[in-house]
Formats: sequence, C-alpha cells, structure tokens
Amino acid sequence: MIERLSFGLATGEVLALVGRNGSGKTTLLRALALLVRPEAGAIRWQGVDVTADPETWRGRLAWLGHLEGLKGDLSVAENLRVAERLRGDASPDIGRVEAALAAFDLLGLADRPVRTLSAGQRRRAALTRVVLADAAVWLLDEPLNALDGPAQVAFRVALANHLAGGGLAIAATHADLGVAGGRTLELGRAG
Amino acid sequence: MSGFAALVGRDLRLVWRRPGDVAVVLAFFVVATTLFPLGIGPEANVLARIAAGVLWCAALFSALLSLDRLFAADFEDGTLDLLLLAPWPLELAALAKCCAHWIVTGLPLAALAPVLGVAFGLGPEVLQALAVTLLVGTPTLSLIGGLAAALTLGARKSGALLALLALPLCVPTLIFGAGAIEALATGGDFGAHLAVLAALALVALATTPWAIAAALRQAGE
Repeated sequence: MIERLSFGLATGEVLALVGRNGSGKTTLLRALALLVRPEAGAIRWQGVDVTADPETWRGRLAWLGHLEGLKGDLSVAENLRVAERLRGDASPDIGRVEAALAAFDLLGLADRPVRTLSAGQRRRAALTRVVLADAAVWLLDEPLNALDGPAQVAFRVALANHLAGGGLAIAATHADLGVAGGRTLELGRAG
Repeated sequence: MSGFAALVGRDLRLVWRRPGDVAVVLAFFVVATTLFPLGIGPEANVLARIAAGVLWCAALFSALLSLDRLFAADFEDGTLDLLLLAPWPLELAALAKCCAHWIVTGLPLAALAPVLGVAFGLGPEVLQALAVTLLVGTPTLSLIGGLAAALTLGARKSGALLALLALPLCVPTLIFGAGAIEALATGGDFGAHLAVLAALALVALATTPWAIAAALRQAGE
C-alpha cells in the first residue's frame, strides 16, 4: 500500500495529505492512530516510539474519520458529553462546550437528535467534538467534506487556533485547508 | 472508571430512546415459552418436568436476538473508532457493552421467567430458583454472545453466524441452569449447580473481555 514514507512535524504545523482516491490517505491516518498496524516502520512522538505506550498516545489524539462517530438517537450535546467522558474527562466544562458549539453555529441545534441533522450539520458536530477533545494531535479525514462556506471558515479558525496553541494536525483532504504555512504530502506518486 | 460508566450510560440511554428493540426480545421470550404449553397440552406433570429446559432455552435464544447489533451499530456509525481510540483499555469498553446488554436483556428475562413459569404449573419455590439461576447465568450469555458479536462484526449473515458461534459455547450454562431446577425438583444439590453456574460466569468475565477487545481491534483494521 504505502512504502518508503518518512515525515516529521513540529508544534504548530499542519500536514495536508493529498493524493488520488485509494492512494492510502485514510490508511496512513489510521496507522498514525494505531488503528491499523503497519508492517514495518515506526511512529515516534518526541523521539519515543508511540507503540510503547499506546494509551498515552491515544490520549493525545483527536480523531475525525470519514464516519462522524455520532449516535443518531442522541442529541448533539449528549454526543459531545459522551465523547468527552469516553476520553476520560469526567466533567466537561459547560462554557467550553457552548463556545465550541457557537463557533460551529450549532447552539440552536444542540438538543436536536443527530439523525435529524443534515450531512454538513453532522460534520460540524463531529468537528466540535475534535475541538473539545483538547488534544495535541488532530487526525482528520476529509474535514471539509459537506461543509458550506461559513462552516469552512469556522473550521479554518478552529484549526488556526489549535496550531497557534502549539498543536499539530494531519488531514487527508482534496480541498485547500486554507492555513498559512501548511505543508503538503502527496501520496501515490512513485519516487 | 468514568469512561466505563459513560459507555454503559450511553447504551442504556440509546435503548431508552428505542424501547422497541428490547420489547421485541421480551415479547419473543413470552411467545416462545407460551407456545410449549399450547403445543404439548395441559398435562401438569409433563409441563413442570420440561419447564426449566424450555425457559432456559428460550432465554438463550432471546438474548441472542439482540446481540447482532451490539457492536454492529457502533461499527456502522464510526463510534467504534472512538472506543478504539479512547485512552483507557478496550477490554473495559467491551465489558461495559456486555454489561449494558445484560441490564436490558438478562435482567428483564430473569424477572419475567417466574411469571411465565406459572403457565407451566411450577411451585413458588421453583419459580424463585428459576429467577436466581437466570440471574446468575445470563451474564455468561451476554459475555459469550458479545464475543460472538465481535467476531462476526462486518460479516455477511452475521446473525446466523453469531448464533452458530455462541450457542455451543453456552451449552454448559444451559446444562447447569436447567440442571439446578431439576436438582431442586428431584432433591438433588441445587447449591452445587448454582455454584458451577456462577463459576462459568466468572470464567467468562475473566476471559471474554480480552477476546472481544482483540476481535474489535481486528475489525477496526
């Protein structure tokens, strides 16, 4: 699938994974999240192989897959609360949750069951979850999918804040992430 | 432990939002068991003789009915990835899912069985024993069923495959569950049967979460 790949990221950096469908962008993201075991190679965080302590590494990650990871029968707010508690945060700060919901223009939809939301609204709810995770590393699979203009702006603001706060992000994308200084890695090219 | 409680709470809340899923399981249990007195006829001694086996088998089938969605729903909406990525052991998450399944199926089945036992002409002492054996035995069914559900995740015809995997593994529980009632009726050692039933539950508790977690990791790849 993917061979001879090597890259490093410093704090505040974002890496856009580009490439054709099936070039392995999602697989690479899943490998970075330790959801797929690579046949060879290593993933290091500050020089230490992350497989030595996978739980600590997972605690540093915020994940957005091509599936949103939201329960249709629960409201947006309930989904976010459960996701926070599954990450080990026993009492998520209400103010933070509201601010994140407001950033993605979801305050009015917070009590709506997710199954009644549109694809773009669900994507926004999933991005809110990523922001709330307060994780050092964002792994995003097509984060701009189904997002309209204002929502794309909201995502770019959130990403810029995350990077400014010393976080880093790796995103598989077909669209321009729109963040200054972003690096790009093209998969699926010989060489 | 906050993640464990959150996961159990979430699954219970999801069931509460769709009570029909549990109602179908309990309705199946009621209908399946009441067919036996109708089919065999009202001979009290025959019915009382087969009651324990019938109720235990029906409880086993009912528990299996709801199991194929145990992990499949999480797999389909992407929440399984969140469990795989949670910074605490996946084994605990597997246990939490089985625990929630037991609360919404095993517990109601154990409560319902004595009521249905009346149709078989069982005495009050036997009805009580029936509830106790189901209470001790159904966690094993949820755990073994959870393992079968995790192993068949993403497979076509996963429901049939799940039953084929889980049913043979549930045989010991079935034998000692029904055997305990039998022992009570024939003057045997009820306590010994119950102890074996509890031991089976403990063995399942100590082994299946690891196997389920391994199967889920495999499904996530």
